[in-house]
Formats: sequence, C-alpha cells, structure tokens
Amino acid sequence: MKKTIEINNSKIFKEALKESFIRLNPKHQIKNPVIFAVTLSSAFSTALFITGHFDSVDFWFNLQLLFWLWFTVIFANFAEALAEGRGKAQASSLRQTQSNLKANRYIGNVTEYVDASLLVKGDVVIVKAGELIPIDGEVIEGVASVNESAITGESAPVIRESGGDRSSVTGGTTVLSDWIKVRVTAAKGESFLDKMIMLVEGAKRQKTPNEIALSLILIGFSLIFLLAVATLQPIVGYFHSSFSLLVLVALFVCLIPTTIGGLLSAIGIAGMDRLLRKNVIATSGKAVETAGDISVLLLDKTGTITFGNRMASEFFTVSGVSKSKLLSYAILSSQADETPEGRSIVALAESMDAKSVDLIGEKTWISFSADTRLSGVNVGDINIRKGAMDSVAKFVELYDGMLDTECRGICERIAKEGATPLVIAVNGRILGVVMLKDIVKPGIKAKFAELRLMGIKTVMITGDNPLTAAAIAAEAGVDDFVAEATPETKIRLIQQYQKEGHLVAMTGDGTNDAPALAQADVGLAMNSGTQSAKEAANMIDLDSSPTKLLEIVEVGKQLLSTRGALTTFSIANDVAKYFAVIPAMAVIVFPSLAVLNIMDLASPKSAILSAVIFNALIIVALIPVALRGAAFKAQSEEAALRRNLAIYGLGGIITPFVGIKLIDMVISALGLV
Amino acid sequence: MEVLDIVLFALFAFTVVFFGSFIGNYLYKIYDGKKTFLDPIISPIENMFFRISGINTEKSQSFKEYTLSMMVFNIFGIFILFIILFFQSSFLFNPQNFPNLSWHLALNTAISFVTNTNWQSYGGESTMSYFSQMVGLSIHNFLSAATGAAIAVALMRGLTGRGIGNFYVDMTKTTLRLLLPLSIIYAIFLLSQGVIQNLSSYIDVTTIEGVKQTLAMGPVASQEAIKMLGTNGGGFFNANSAHPFENPNELTNFVQIFSIFLIPIALLFAYGKFAGNRREGIAILASMALLFALTLGGTYYAESQGNSMLTSLGVANGPSMEGKEVRFSLGASSLFATVTTAASCGAVNSMHDSYSPLAGGVLMLQMMVGEVIFGGVGAGFYGMMIYALLSMFMIGLMVGKTPMYLGKKIEAYEIKAVIIALLLPSAAILGFSAIAANCADGLAGLNNAGPHGLSEILYAYTSAAGNNGSAFAGLTANTPFYNVTLAIAMFIGRFGVIIPMIAIAASMSNKKTYALSSGSVKSDNMTFTIFLAVTVLILGALTFLPALTFTAIAEHVLMLSGKLF
Repeated sequence: MKKTIEINNSKIFKEALKESFIRLNPKHQIKNPVIFAVTLSSAFSTALFITGHFDSVDFWFNLQLLFWLWFTVIFANFAEALAEGRGKAQASSLRQTQSNLKANRYIGNVTEYVDASLLVKGDVVIVKAGELIPIDGEVIEGVASVNESAITGESAPVIRESGGDRSSVTGGTTVLSDWIKVRVTAAKGESFLDKMIMLVEGAKRQKTPNEIALSLILIGFSLIFLLAVATLQPIVGYFHSSFSLLVLVALFVCLIPTTIGGLLSAIGIAGMDRLLRKNVIATSGKAVETAGDISVLLLDKTGTITFGNRMASEFFTVSGVSKSKLLSYAILSSQADETPEGRSIVALAESMDAKSVDLIGEKTWISFSADTRLSGVNVGDINIRKGAMDSVAKFVELYDGMLDTECRGICERIAKEGATPLVIAVNGRILGVVMLKDIVKPGIKAKFAELRLMGIKTVMITGDNPLTAAAIAAEAGVDDFVAEATPETKIRLIQQYQKEGHLVAMTGDGTNDAPALAQADVGLAMNSGTQSAKEAANMIDLDSSPTKLLEIVEVGKQLLSTRGALTTFSIANDVAKYFAVIPAMAVIVFPSLAVLNIMDLASPKSAILSAVIFNALIIVALIPVALRGAAFKAQSEEAALRRNLAIYGLGGIITPFVGIKLIDMVISALGLV
Repeated sequence: MEVLDIVLFALFAFTVVFFGSFIGNYLYKIYDGKKTFLDPIISPIENMFFRISGINTEKSQSFKEYTLSMMVFNIFGIFILFIILFFQSSFLFNPQNFPNLSWHLALNTAISFVTNTNWQSYGGESTMSYFSQMVGLSIHNFLSAATGAAIAVALMRGLTGRGIGNFYVDMTKTTLRLLLPLSIIYAIFLLSQGVIQNLSSYIDVTTIEGVKQTLAMGPVASQEAIKMLGTNGGGFFNANSAHPFENPNELTNFVQIFSIFLIPIALLFAYGKFAGNRREGIAILASMALLFALTLGGTYYAESQGNSMLTSLGVANGPSMEGKEVRFSLGASSLFATVTTAASCGAVNSMHDSYSPLAGGVLMLQMMVGEVIFGGVGAGFYGMMIYALLSMFMIGLMVGKTPMYLGKKIEAYEIKAVIIALLLPSAAILGFSAIAANCADGLAGLNNAGPHGLSEILYAYTSAAGNNGSAFAGLTANTPFYNVTLAIAMFIGRFGVIIPMIAIAASMSNKKTYALSSGSVKSDNMTFTIFLAVTVLILGALTFLPALTFTAIAEHVLMLSGKLF
C-alpha cells in the first residue's frame, strides 16, 4: 500500500499569495535578474509617478500601466512561492515523524535521553522495540525488525542488522522487535531528506549549471532589449519627438523574457517536487538534470528486468504420455512445494484446466534435500519425483528405468533457451519436462523500446551464464547484456562507456556496488541498501523499486524541456508584442505610420496597455505548465523537437496576437483607456 | 522578374558552391597539415619564416597566448599603417604629391583596413599615394582576411576537439597558400579584361564634348583582386566597383561577385572536413543560403518595384535605376549589393543610398545580424557560430538534454562569450547612432533630411560595427567626430567578437566529447538549418526593429504616402 500524502492545496495557495508580496524584498529579487529588472523599472516609474513627473492627462493610463507592471512581478513571485510551497509540503509530510524525536544516546556505558537534534555524526544511539529511530544511521550491533512505512509506504517489516547489506536505517522509522545500536551517519539537517528539502526551497536552492547558463541567456536578451529600448528615445530625438518614459518602460518589460524569467525557479523546484512524489531523493539538482542526459542504463537483471524467480512456463511430454497425465502428476508432485517454482508449476497446470491425479493412499511429501536434489510425493508405492535431469536419471535407475535420448533432447533444448528443465518421473518412468523460466516483467519490453526511441541504450547485468543471459536479453529487448558479471565488471563497464562519451546510470544496493554507484553519472541507491551504497549514490529510491530509474530519466528530461519550451515561448511572444507596441509608438512620431497597426488595436494607449496586461497574465496562465512540466512523450529527440517547436514556438508567435487583440477589445469596451 | 536575372542568380549560386567545395578541401588540407601541391614551393619559404621568427609550429596556443598574439599583431598593424598615412608625403610613389592625411582620417583608415572593414571616409584617387595604396592598404587586405580565416580555423579546431593552433602559423599559411596564389591569378585575369595596373601620373584628356577630364591611374588590378577575395571592399577609386577601371565589364562584374563569397563558402566546406562530417558544414551553408535567398529576394523585389512617385509623375516606369551603373542590369546590381552586404565586403557597384527604402533596410539588416550571411573571410563562420551555439542551446533544452554542439556541452562560459559577442556590436551600432542623431557634429554630415538622413547615420555605424565598409554614401564622414566614432565601432565590431570566439574555441577544445546516440538531435540536418536561420532573423529583428521602424520602414510608408526626402 502506498502512503498517500495529504497536501492542503488551499493553504499552500494562500501562503503563496502572501509570499508573493513578501518576496518583493530586493534581497530576494536580486536572485532573479529578469524579474528584478521589472521590479526596478516599476519602482522607478512609481517614484516618478508619485512625484508628478508624468503628464496629468494620462493619469489613468499611467496608473493602470504601473498597476500591471507591479503585477508582473507579483505573479512571478507567486509562481515561485507556489512551487516552493508544494515542494515543501511534499517534503515535510515525508519527515513529519522526524520532528520532536528523542534519542537514547550511548556514551561509554551510560545512556542519556536527548533531543534528536543534538545528535552529531558518529554518536551512537540505542533503539528498542516500539521506539522511533531518531536519525539516519548504520546498525553496528543487534538485529531488529523495522517498520519503514513512514518513508516507503510499505507496511511489511524489514530486518535490519549490523554488517552486510541490511545495516542502514532511516530516521522516523519504527523498531518493531528487539533492539539495535545505531551509529549516526548524518547529523540533523544533513540527512538526505534534509538535502532534498533544500532543493525545493527557493532561498537555499543552488542553481544548476544549466540554470545558470540559461539565466545568462535571459540576462543577455534583457540587455539587448534594454539597448534597443534605451536608444529609441535618442533616435526619435532626431525627429524632435519623444516618448513618455513609462511607455518605454512598458515596452522594455514586454520585451524582456519575463515569462521564463518569472517561471524559471518554479520549474526547477517543481522538477524536484515531481521526483519527490515518486519517492526519490536527489542530493543535487544537477543529478536530476544529468538523468535527462543519460545515454546508457545499466540494469540488474534480477528484480528489474525479471521477477527474479524461475517459474514454470511450459510442459513437454515424452512420447507415449498424454499431456493431461503429465499435468495431473505435475500438480500432485508440487502440491506441498511452497517454493515459488513449485507454486508456479501448480498455477500453470491449473490454468490449463488440469486437476491433480487422484491416487488413493497416504501421501508422504518428500521435500527438496541437498542430498537427492529431488522433491515429490509417495502415495503407497507410487513415488513421484521432480528435479534436475541428472538427479532424476539417478532416481529412475533405481527402478531400472532410464532417461532416454528424447527426454535428454528436450532438456538440452530448454537449457539452450536459457531456461531450466525440471524432469517429472513416476517410479522408473519419465513423464515429461517442465520448463522453468526467469519471467520477464510484463511491459518492460515496451519500456525499453521507448528508451531506445529516446536514444537510450539499455544494458542488462547478470550473474547468469552467457546462454541464459542471452535468452533473457532477447526476450526483454535490451540492447546489450553482460553475463557472469561481478561488481568489478560493472565499474569497468561504466568506465568503458564513459570513455566512449556516454553518460551512464545504474542502480545498486550492496556495499560492493558503492564504487560503481560513485563512478556512474547517475547512481540510484535503494533505500533498503547499505549506508555506503547510499552515500556513493546521488539519488536514493525510498521505494527501493528497481525500475525507478526509468521514471527518473523522464523527470530529468521533462525538467530541461520545460525550460526550453517556455524560453522559446517567451521569445516568440516578442514578435506579437512588437507588432502591438511599435506602431503605437511610431504614430507619435509619424501619424501616417498608423498603417503599421495591422492588429487593428483600438488606440496607441490600449495597444500598449494590452501588451503589458498580456505579458503579466501569461505568467499566471503558464504556472500549471511550469509546475506540471511540459507534456512528455517517449519519442525520438528529433520528433520531440518538432513537437515542442510547433507548440511553444509557433504557439508562442500566435497566442499573443490573439491574446493582445482580445485584451484590447475588452479594455476598450470597458473604456479603461 | 527578368528571366536573365534568374539565370544569373542560379549561375552564381552554382559556380560559387562548386568552386567553394574545391577550395574548401584544399583549405582543410593546409590547416590540418596535410600535403598539398604547393608544398615544394611554399614549405621552404614558410619554414624559413617560422625559423627566423622562432615560432613553434607544433604547439597549440592557449586562449591567452592566442589572443595576445592576435591583438599585438593587429594593433602593431594599425600603428604602422597610421604612420604611413599620417606621413604619406614623406614616402615614395606619390606622383600626384598628395599631402599627409589628418590624424583622424589616418586613424580611421588604419583601423578600417586592419579590421577588414575598409570603410573609406576618403576618395582613393584624390587622397592616397601609390605607396599608401600598395604598401599601406593592400598588405592589410591580405592580413585582415588572413586574421579572420585564422580565427575561424581556431574555432573549427576547438569545436572539433583539436588544439586551437598557433595564430602566426595559420596567418602565414592563409596568406602564402591561399590569398597570394589566388590573387595573382585573379589580378592577371582582371588585367586581361582591361583593369589598369601602372604607377603613372594621372592623365588629362579632352573628351569628345570638349571637356577636360583627369583620368586617375594606378596599380588597380593587384589591389582589386584581394579587395574582393579578402572581403575587404576598399576601392582604389572612390566609385569602387562602379568605376570602369576597377570593374570593366559584365564578366568582371560576375567574377567580382563570385570572388566575394568564394572563401567564406570554402571555409564551410573545410569545417565539414574538420568535423568529419560534410553535412555539418553544409547545414550552416544551407542556413546562410536560405537567409541570402530571402534578402536577395527582398532587395530585388523592392528595386524592381521602382519608385511609385516617379511612376505617377510619368518620369520613369518600372525598376529603379537611380544610382546604378547602366552597364549592369538590375539583377547584377541587386546581386552585387546583397552579396557585398551579406559578406562583410563592402565593395559596391551601385549607390546604396539610392536604393528604395526597404531594399536599404534589407541591406542594413544583413549587416546588423553581424555579417553572418556568408560574411567576411572567417568572420562569417565565427559570427554564425554565435547563433549556432545559441540554437543548439535552445534545441538541447527543448528535447530535455544538457545542450551540446558536436558532442560538447554548451555551458555558462560559452554562453557568456556568445552574449558578449552578440551585445558589443549591437551596442556600438545603436549607441553611436543615438549619439550621432542628437549632436551637431553628427547632424552636420548629413546629405538628406527626415528618416533617410537617420538611415545614413544608422547605415554608417552598422557598416562599421559589422566590419562591412560599404556606405550609404550620403554621409560626409571625413570629420573628426565620424572618423573617431566609426573607428571605435569598427574596433569593437571586430575584436569584440573575435576575442569571445577565441575563448569559446579554447574552452570547447578542452571539453569532453560525448557520443551522439541514435535518437540525438543533430546539427547537420534540415531542422537545424531552419532553426538557425530563424534564430538569426528573430534575434536580428528583435534587436533592430525599433531602429529600423524609424528609418527604412518610416521612409517606405512616407514614400507611399507621397513624402520624399
């Protein structure tokens, strides 16, 4: 059962609204240069307005312009505050339980009861049954069953013990039985969750390299527009004409990329938030963006590609035995077999409408032993056995039977397909063979096809022999596989791919995975894994779901493409804004340039005001896109590019023409100008 | 549209691309140190030169070393040329006894020729001695083109993961192995067509109408060749390529247009070779060609419409021929004008001042976007790379990837350089225009009133910052104000772009190259070509539309409503 996270939306909304005004503080604004430019322009114009520097004839027009200029800033603040509010709510619901925790700190031989916030790295605490583990750490002594549902949503308890791969514990989880001694690995405020919370808090968030580069472009564009607008006044000075300063400010604010500028940090925060919703903790925003660049995915076969248990997939009869006979004996032989293989044989046979053979007599169940390597049942003197080919051969020899070439042939064929043959015999007679296969997860092949479409290569890593590995690789549709892999193979493989210029992602949980996790460009550790694996990785999956990596790649790509889409949209908008504002300004100098007003806007004033209103409202309109991310589809990059260009490029050119015209009609109908 | 004009355009496109691809292969060979047929003659000269000057030909320079070499070389060049012009009367070969140039004209001209601009605030035949023309100016026609090519090659190397190379080595190779041999052949061809080459005094003749006329003489052919090949454009005579001694017939006219685009196109083919994928170069070429088709179409259309006012008066009908040589057709003149402003050549065979307002606007826009529609030798390539990097940044983001070009990440450092290279020339154009339009010194030079006068100012600074050198020519620019401000604009327009480009080249050359996977967006296909062209147009339009509104567009609208200037 997944834990449902309750987020009070209206509360976040109200909080964000309040924040949008608080964030007018220049200290906060300076982090967002484009919006800061709007703030400065608005403040400057307001000062001039108040001191009566503008023509009183235009009082209402000027007042409305100022009003909308300020709203541009407020809306941008609101977008950021809203994204942050949602992200914080998400994160804090994860760590609710972490607050107000107490700990039994163990010093020398005495324990003291302290607040968890006082713990530092290296402290040792004792946690007994019924208590909450106060902080992230590593078990150094003892074994306990722990309920980790607070973090993972999974209610089944897990075993945590010192040494080995199950030594790491997370703060906020509950010890159900026994006791453990835990060494603190991260002090309060430094745990993975704390790092994640920082990534969704605008104030503390470090900009990623990509965000910095994009910000520079936005600043560059703003400077170019500043240049274009600032030189406009002296250029028309040539005609002994001049513009109202407020109109120039309005043009400047319309042209600079306020849409993306206002939404940029919201996009980054929302990306982290989406990751958190998938129960993944990232240690940096950069790691998430790198996930979008991944070109090679190393995936463990067991658990990720296959269920990890061999299961019955087909029955083969030998000549002279009917299929129904084989099935009925197969069911009987496995009825008491509680192993996944045994259960799968019964399930498969029953799905073929077979029933257990009805033998009279007392049943003696023979369970698998290392000695005979067979299991089955004795009913009277009828002895039914199933097992590997060689073991069954020995068994039938006891009855003077023999494993003939036909059966041997079937077995070899099954082995060649990478599956395991299980022979069923009754006394000296062979009935047939069950094919046991490592079952590939349903839907995984389609997922890999999607990844291939996006240009991502999937490589399966397995300890199996090359034959088995090849068969599963073919069935799952991975691009490549490595058989008989050791942890060293993994790290060599990663280095090899990186040398060829690929970015590699992998998942891991064991201590011996740690070096490879550190080497990989994106290393995803399972929360159930060891502390060293988690420390080496740059992301942790709280669900410990092996297929999570695929979702992370999507989050990373979506994060970047949302930025690209909205930047394109923002710049494309300028075309229409020019068509609205420039003619309005041109008629001031040359009345005959009214012919340039191809949008047929009501008046120069309404044209300018409409453009500014559109510019402010579009930020609000696009907040959902920023928070949700631009729609993502698994497709080739070329196709994704054309699609985004059509939506955000072409759409970005057309939308403001329509929007500005509509606003113009509304404000002139209302008589606002 | 005249059929012959279409044939001319098609023939031009075909020949220039055809020959460009050959020279491109050759260029790649000389820059990448491969064997060429000229080795037996030139290698010994080159090696001797490198030995004497102690240049290490093997070691690639760092950003700082490269920039220092390039700046020292160019500033030294400006200094020497200034001395030659400022003390012209003290040197030989001055049969007309021309006096020394004023300090501001000497400064302007020195910077102009060293920056490959070849803006001329003077009339050649009435100002410059033969010594100044040959030793002073001609040398820089070679060296400024070679500088451009060297920077382009450094950038090609950096983008494709090689060391950026040595500035002096590439300069020497470009001059000795490309510009000199081509110029010699070219000059001989021009001589055969009637272009003059002598050191005589000017000749006074009496025309059949009985009027006395002075025929200016000089070593024209040798300077004419490199003037076109090196996209310099500084004419021997004031009338430039409209003068019969510079450009005697239709064939020379065609070859002149052809030779402006030849090396810029060849460099794109060389780039494809460097990238190991011809299509990388062709994609950029296609993008430039697309933009060029638009601008040529625009100019030709505007010119063929003629002036509605003349038509209504019954004075003239059909295309506008004012300011054009009747020897050349409308097509040949429009083509020349579009080519010379697309490439930063600036040679002219017609008066751009007389072009219709919209055509004048198109010519300006070509220069405003930074001379990237083929552009000057080398300058067109590295200028277009500004837009290519911006385009790939946006493309990368749109598909959800860290932006890369040729497998190398485009990061904050490169973006900073790109923005600087984009911003500085624009600031020079708009800033100086704004100043000139508002001060007595600036307004004093105007020949026309109204928006057309403003166009003349805007055109002058655009031409200077774009290192083009052509002029609307209505402007009297030989004043301290214009000479100095235009010189600054030329300097910013040249080095304000070159230095950021070297920075990009050096930083990219040290970056890891990532493998392109099957689904990756590529920079060698149609989508990229169109994206790049649109980026150039949108950025150019967004930056300069306000200024163009009050010049070319205003003038056009006013002309339609019956008001001329």
